[in-house]
Amino acid sequence: MGNKIANRQVICEVLTEHAKEDKEIVVLCSDSRGSASLAPFFKEFPEQSVEVGIAEQDLVGIAAGLAKAGKKAFAASPASFITTRSYEQCKVDCAYSDTNVKLIGISGGVSYGALGMSHHSAQDISAMSSIPGMRVYLPSDRHQTRKLMESLLQDEKCAYIRTGRNAVEDVYSEEDCPFEMDRATVVREGKDAVIIACGEMVKPAKDAASLLEAEGIIACVLDMYCVKPLDQEAIIRAAQGAKVVVTVEEHSPFGGLGSMVAQVVSANCPKKVVGIALPDAPVITGTSKEVFEYYGMNAEGIAETVRKSLRS
Amino acid sequence: MENLKALCYQLRKDTVDIIMSGATGHIGGDMSVMEILADLYFKQMNVSPDKADDPDRDYFIMSKGHSMEAYYAVLCAAGFLDLQDVTERYSKFGSPYIGHPHNELKGIEMNSGSLGHGLPVSVGLALAAKMSKKANRVYVVTGDGELAEGSNWEGFMSGAMYRLDNLCCIIDRNRLQISGSTEDVMALDDLAAKVKAFNWNVICVEDGNDLDQIDAALEQAKACKGMPTCIIANTIKGKGSPVMENQAGWHHHVPTQEEYEQIMKDLNTAKEALS
Repeated sequence: MGNKIANRQVICEVLTEHAKEDKEIVVLCSDSRGSASLAPFFKEFPEQSVEVGIAEQDLVGIAAGLAKAGKKAFAASPASFITTRSYEQCKVDCAYSDTNVKLIGISGGVSYGALGMSHHSAQDISAMSSIPGMRVYLPSDRHQTRKLMESLLQDEKCAYIRTGRNAVEDVYSEEDCPFEMDRATVVREGKDAVIIACGEMVKPAKDAASLLEAEGIIACVLDMYCVKPLDQEAIIRAAQGAKVVVTVEEHSPFGGLGSMVAQVVSANCPKKVVGIALPDAPVITGTSKEVFEYYGMNAEGIAETVRKSLRS
Repeated sequence: MENLKALCYQLRKDTVDIIMSGATGHIGGDMSVMEILADLYFKQMNVSPDKADDPDRDYFIMSKGHSMEAYYAVLCAAGFLDLQDVTERYSKFGSPYIGHPHNELKGIEMNSGSLGHGLPVSVGLALAAKMSKKANRVYVVTGDGELAEGSNWEGFMSGAMYRLDNLCCIIDRNRLQISGSTEDVMALDDLAAKVKAFNWNVICVEDGNDLDQIDAALEQAKACKGMPTCIIANTIKGKGSPVMENQAGWHHHVPTQEEYEQIMKDLNTAKEALS
């Protein structure tokens, strides 16, 4: 509780720490350095920073060119724009051409609240996951974001990383943040139900499990920060003994975590999979918190879905 | 230079054979871009098969990726690929030789095909060289119809903003695209004024199928400091045979056997005149 550090801010911290030693790191923004919390990086490393203006196609294309020439390119822009506005550049220049571009989608999901559907990214998981060669990560808290970024700095493949705009409560602690690249983290074990969540939905999923525990329902919680490559083994292992699988994502109900989990469960250990997601419609006006409460994406809402799913 | 001029016609013949073998291709743009590619690969650029991954090499990006058959012919003549293998397998089942640049093949830097990608990528390549204080030059060839894609103009802006004098964009200005004249489909003129207004050094080449003129323009581009250069090369779509010259219908027409024979005859005549 009380954490005031947004995941996007941690990304800036990690890049700043590494840029001191690694001069091949280049950060690109599309008039988004403030939104991305990357202004400190631009200030400290102007020679490793590239501003492209409000031009996301150029942003991703330039990032790919820099990467082709050996740079470690980190392009940061609002998630809704860097994914769908420059989708073709993500597909052709990054994934298909195999360039080391890390696409940082900031203020993902409904982070922008009342700014409306143009600024919401409820399609990014689906869109980016369907590109061959593109990896998709949604870290849950600041500690995991740090470990993920440290890991991504070591590889040379492209990836999409989505973070939210607001500070999120810790799921882990500095001392206790188990992390293995491309492996889901078991937040808690349980046999009655499995809750699989990604990004900022992991914390309410964890809290939901606490609520359920008080009622005698023991739920496993999986933090599937690696939406692609999806940790199928972890899903099967957790789902096998459970009565129901509930997925939670800040995304459209189509083509995201819920769809992917349902594919794995139905093929390997068929049972009921219930998806909690944003509606297939412009979301109601409000802050992220208000929106999550309204659509049952908070701890109580998730717990209620688990209860209902176990009953029916 | 005389032999290189003749070589351009041999490369056109190779290109037509590749197209005939695969029964597909973009013959019109292949023919118009040939002198541009040949001068870059055989006179201007620091590239070779032995140094395909040399960090000091020049970079070439084929933004008009559909002119791949001409690019294959040039890459084969430059020793990156084997002409017989390319010709036999082009577009065939399981072949690595597809109809657009595919960077798993030696000598090809980036994939393209979808238009409007090459210039932003080239800005990134040129910027990387500047950041690392290296001497690489970056060349990108775009089509003219392709310039309707807005991403090109984003690239024109950023190329000028970062004063990338190591970047040279060559526009294959053949004035035709699949539906007809570029000026009827989405007018570009005054193209030179437009690019100049984006703060680029603009060089207009009257005959972009004249190797001497292309080479002179590329030399001028190297001498320009403080801004990127755009060469607008006025070319003829389908250059090399009256059968296919200046006809939008030949954007991706595959010659009939009769047309093939006439085209090869015309290309031979042109080649011999230059040999």
